[in-house]
Amino acid sequence: MSVPRYWREIPRRSRLETVKCSECGTISYPPRARCGKCGSSKFENYKLPEKGELMTFTVVRTPPKGFEKMPPYIIGVVKLEDGTLITSQITDVAPEEVNVNMKVEAVFRKVVEDGDSGIIQYAIKFRPVIK
Amino acid sequence: MRKVAIIGTGMTKVDKHWKKSLKELFGQAGIEALNQTNSPAIDALIVGNMCASDLSDQNNIGALLADHLGFVPNTAYRVEAACGSGGAAFLAAYSAVASGMYDVVMTGGVEKLTDGVGGNTTLSLGKAADAEYELFYGSSFVSINAMIMRYYMKHYGVPREAFADFSVLMHRNGSRNALAQLPFEITRETVLDSDMISDPITLFDCAPVGDGAAALILCPLEDAKKYSDDFIEVAGIAGATDTVDIASRESLLTFKSTVTAADRAYKMARISTADVDIAEIHDTFTITGVLSLEDLGFCERGKFHKMMMNGAFEPGGIVAVNPSGGLKSRGHPVGATGAYQIAELFLQLTGRAGKMQVPDASVGVAQNIGGSGSSTYVTVLRRV
Repeated sequence: MSVPRYWREIPRRSRLETVKCSECGTISYPPRARCGKCGSSKFENYKLPEKGELMTFTVVRTPPKGFEKMPPYIIGVVKLEDGTLITSQITDVAPEEVNVNMKVEAVFRKVVEDGDSGIIQYAIKFRPVIK
Repeated sequence: MRKVAIIGTGMTKVDKHWKKSLKELFGQAGIEALNQTNSPAIDALIVGNMCASDLSDQNNIGALLADHLGFVPNTAYRVEAACGSGGAAFLAAYSAVASGMYDVVMTGGVEKLTDGVGGNTTLSLGKAADAEYELFYGSSFVSINAMIMRYYMKHYGVPREAFADFSVLMHRNGSRNALAQLPFEITRETVLDSDMISDPITLFDCAPVGDGAAALILCPLEDAKKYSDDFIEVAGIAGATDTVDIASRESLLTFKSTVTAADRAYKMARISTADVDIAEIHDTFTITGVLSLEDLGFCERGKFHKMMMNGAFEPGGIVAVNPSGGLKSRGHPVGATGAYQIAELFLQLTGRAGKMQVPDASVGVAQNIGGSGSSTYVTVLRRV
């Protein structure tokens, strides 16, 4: 992962900042050049909610390159409180305890390290809501 | 637009071809296709491939293969649409002939996955997904489809075992295919007891990793007799897209790109699903196969298991699904898969499919997906 490539996605992946169509109000995550609903190219900034529920998930046992030390880890699609879906890791819960519809909240975590001298990549993951 | 025919095909066995390179594999398929015809001059070569730049350190595949097959100086290029590369290349070749730009075009696909070392192959295949919003988090191509499968199972109350039975059917079909990578029968237990890759997907829910090449020669339908006694009309064809990342979609229970492409291709061919005798569908994973059956209109949503066990997807049923064994058993040489599907239908419709032959087949549909439904190419072939 190059530094610029990592750096330019920080607003989305670390702060849940995205855009909303100024014409029809459709929230787009990630941002797009034109609204897929109405075709408008006018957008305003929009901050996604930090809570939602787990829509579906998988426990990765055979990882892609770079994630060899991580399994088992959980990848999920979270439905945020405004209805936006987001793919991320689900953390702070054992694979056998995770379940669909679980209430989750955003938390800032390390994702992976690029070897011994590369950048350490951080992003928002989701954990079960702490009451 | 001119009507277009397929006049010849060639396929290698799908396998781990350690001794053969990318160009040797496509060379073999290309020569076989030329030999099925009276070897007309090829005006253009349009070939599908996904992973050569990652795994074989090779780009510029078009010229490389044109040189290998003696087509220099004619035009040649590669088309890439992940696992849909073969179908996309076929669409480009069809358009080139239909428009009148070229008369005789060779298309097809080639993939050399075993040139990858260690986790590179998994990484390269994963690039079909969204690099920044899916792969970044450690998703693999399998894990994205596993999330779709879990959602499907919960939504419809379908048990995991039902998907295992889909693999069993594919392997039963593939056991009759001499070119299949895994030409053997399995049981439900083979699937359920195999290694867990990404819950709930086990190894035997997945298409195997393998190498292969398939070639097809196209020309205007009105000229087909000049080149071959056996030719088939390309009656309908369409491609369609959806978002690359699955979280941006309205539903995880359908691949809208398949629904759209199928609708357009069926309309172009003036057919309905009831007219289709054979379908070669894109079953990268068992869940992909099931969604494809539904999206192509062959199966009521959530009901595939009962229909399948009643023989709906075998000759004599609603439609003969993947007599080749599909991606699961024939194999999935990614960028070549779409070309294999069309080549297999060509053999079926010309009555040369041997032990796989579906009796009296006259209309066949091939459905080739790129990514997790982000692009789909549907082709309708008809006996003339």
